[in-house]
Amino acid sequence: MYVAVKGGEAAIRNAHKLLADRRRGDRDVPAIELNQIVEQMSLAVDRVMAEGSLYDPELAALAIKQARGDLIEAIFLVRAYRTTLQRFGYSTALETSKMQIERRISAAFKDLPGGQLLGPTFDYTHRLLDPELAEDGPVDAPEQRDEPEAFTPRVTDILGHDGMIEEDGEMPEGSVAGDLTREPLTFPLERDLRLQALARGDEGFLLGLAYSTQRGYARSHPFAGEIRIGEVDIELEVAELDFPLTLGTIRVTECQMVNQFKGSAKQPPQFTRGYGLVFGQSERKAMSMALCDRALRARELGEDITATAQDEEFVISHSDNVQSTGFVEHLKLPHYVDFQAELDLIRRMRAEHERKHQTGEEAKEAAE
Amino acid sequence: MRVETQVFEGGFSDSVLNAQNVFRALMDAMANPGRIVDVSDLTTPPAPLTPLAASIAATLFDHDATVWCDRAISGSAAAVGWLKFHTGLELTGDTAEADFALISDVNAMPSLESFCRGTAEYPDRSTTLILQIDSFDGADVLTLEGPGIKETQSFSPSHLPRMFRDQWAANRAAFPRGVDLVFAAKGALAALPRTTRITKTEA
Amino acid sequence: MTDLATYNFAYLDEQTKRMIRRAILKAIAIPGYQVPFASREMPMPYGWGTGGVQVTAAVLGPDDTLKVIDQGADDTTNAVSIRAFFQKVANVRVTTKTSEATIIQTRHRIPEMQLQAGQTLVYQVPIPEPLRFLEPRETETRKMHALEEYGLMHVKLYEDIARHGHIATTYAYPVKVEGRYVMDPSPTPKFDNPKMHMSPALQLFGAGREKRIYAIPPYTEVVSLDFEDHPFEIQTFSQPCALCGAKGSYLDEVILDDKGGSMFVCSDTDFCEDRQAKGHRGALAPEAGTAEAAE
Repeated sequence: MYVAVKGGEAAIRNAHKLLADRRRGDRDVPAIELNQIVEQMSLAVDRVMAEGSLYDPELAALAIKQARGDLIEAIFLVRAYRTTLQRFGYSTALETSKMQIERRISAAFKDLPGGQLLGPTFDYTHRLLDPELAEDGPVDAPEQRDEPEAFTPRVTDILGHDGMIEEDGEMPEGSVAGDLTREPLTFPLERDLRLQALARGDEGFLLGLAYSTQRGYARSHPFAGEIRIGEVDIELEVAELDFPLTLGTIRVTECQMVNQFKGSAKQPPQFTRGYGLVFGQSERKAMSMALCDRALRARELGEDITATAQDEEFVISHSDNVQSTGFVEHLKLPHYVDFQAELDLIRRMRAEHERKHQTGEEAKEAAE
Repeated sequence: MRVETQVFEGGFSDSVLNAQNVFRALMDAMANPGRIVDVSDLTTPPAPLTPLAASIAATLFDHDATVWCDRAISGSAAAVGWLKFHTGLELTGDTAEADFALISDVNAMPSLESFCRGTAEYPDRSTTLILQIDSFDGADVLTLEGPGIKETQSFSPSHLPRMFRDQWAANRAAFPRGVDLVFAAKGALAALPRTTRITKTEA
Repeated sequence: MTDLATYNFAYLDEQTKRMIRRAILKAIAIPGYQVPFASREMPMPYGWGTGGVQVTAAVLGPDDTLKVIDQGADDTTNAVSIRAFFQKVANVRVTTKTSEATIIQTRHRIPEMQLQAGQTLVYQVPIPEPLRFLEPRETETRKMHALEEYGLMHVKLYEDIARHGHIATTYAYPVKVEGRYVMDPSPTPKFDNPKMHMSPALQLFGAGREKRIYAIPPYTEVVSLDFEDHPFEIQTFSQPCALCGAKGSYLDEVILDDKGGSMFVCSDTDFCEDRQAKGHRGALAPEAGTAEAAE
């Protein structure tokens, strides 16, 4: 006698209970609080906000806690929440030249208006584990700048004065920026949608692609024209008001790559741009995004498309980690109906094979 | 009634469930061409909009839907105001770029050909026409065949666009491009998707 | 903290439902054609039924009775999870009985019982493009559909025959709908393909990650691709179901020990239980009355 297995509901319930237990861990250790995550795991929070496409540190912290620190899972939680939110309108384009700057560096010039500001960077730290951080020792207050902040023009604007770099991309007159969360992507994409997709794309995936362009797969001779991190105003145009309404400020990282371009019959030689903009502080992501953006402009600039990083449909279709992780992990779901169909076919084919080779030496050809 | 009151009132009383109710009627109708699906009045819009056409509008239109309205509707400030307030639709004066067309006077409507049929690659980017009619007890009886119909289905809307059989044959011939029709009568709707063939007409 | 996150009825906001509903109407009007839609992130992962869930959420109402199956069974974990989701967000009536359901969401199977007019079958679809494994680029496959250029598909199937003596596609077997679009039936075994043809039920397909919705209206011609000298044929099983004795249903192989012992039972659990309740018994069936003890 055989009794079929039942109890999916109980199994799920128990699994979730165990998950909650493991999430909490040892009850003698104090539970982590959201403000601790926001304050002390802030770069994780930034990544979840950036790839979750929702600027809300507290929700991101909640997602990180709920996901036991699995950032892709946390990004997924934030996305699934974000998608249910009502949309009130679209802000005007961020004015990053008016950013309250905390860090700003240019690798292209030794000095420039506004100066170089290192800011809170891991750069030049020696990567030696610091045992003192195991304790909650005192931390000195940071140095404050005395003089008022100087105007800090963007490096690309400086280069733009004498035509050394291409004009900043302008949307055609009257066009409205697309929204990839409202319309399905249809390839080829315009740059607005492509940048949106890259901005929420997986940091690791874009990092790998960006690296590949440096190793000769669509080499673009990049210079980090400028990286700036700081706070910018979010402004909304309201029909009844003749000035934009400031809704608040967000922290962003902007990267402008300056790349070589030979020029064409129509254009004199000049530098081209690759652009990256990410919520929070994430230079790695912003730089990777800028390199990928530049590589993906191959079609627009009339370059040969020879490398993966230039292949828009490939890059954009596989850059979203919520999509990727879902489909890769769906292989965990039962597939036994399909597997049965394959088993049946292989058995039949093996039987036929055996009949054919009955007298010969047995052939054990591995079926696919 | 003052125009303003007409504009702001008369929408769905339960925007979630009413819309679901009307959508299911539309889905049922589109899946079963020529079938008459009853829908109770859920809106009280200003004339010349009818309650059912207005319910369909409130179910399907929003600021992502571009809608062309015929002269009788677009000429009524109250009707246009109602549609804008309750749906947030985008109006267009160009039949060829409309996602939807809302037609109160079927006898005077433009040819089906003037609406958008979509492209060979995206045949879904076409116009769905919503025709306000009186009833499904018209004098002409059409016999329909095609997907959604087991054998044949008879269909007799009170109003049809002029030279309908020819126009519809041309629409059918463009498949998979083409327009789809929704007939909104009093208390009931029916649909003709582009796949439906008219095999016979009896007066 | 409870005001941190709140959700709308049936999870989807009304704007999203409208967008999906518009896509569903177009899909029904153009049978077998994949309508792009702005698929949303859902609270379950992409690849786990988000397309089906979005379609169901846009269609579902208070008068509906919902059945959810995965691999033909109501009690597989993902089916349980999706059913619980709709109970929670839409407070909808649920059932395991195929005959009582108005909407059936499925992954990988079509119920054995013939579906009725008025029922809607919602398929979860991982890869909606039947040409995808022959041509990975959407820009190309879209052109092929537009030009009705399906030669590549026939070449692929014929290569199977040349190499294996068989068409080696056993599930997600491509069909042609109403003589026009080649369509992926989702990864159902080809055993189920004939059930799609002239079905009285409406069939809706949702692919969330790939952002496509397509449909087959009731009473629509659905033909599995084949060749004159190699006609389409479905799987057959050499033995009946070990529990209900059914012949001609799709069977799962259950491994009983590590010495090659196995048995075959219906994958459609409702069909099998219904038959057992009516007194049908297979070779390994429990005696009547003891089945409830199973845990």
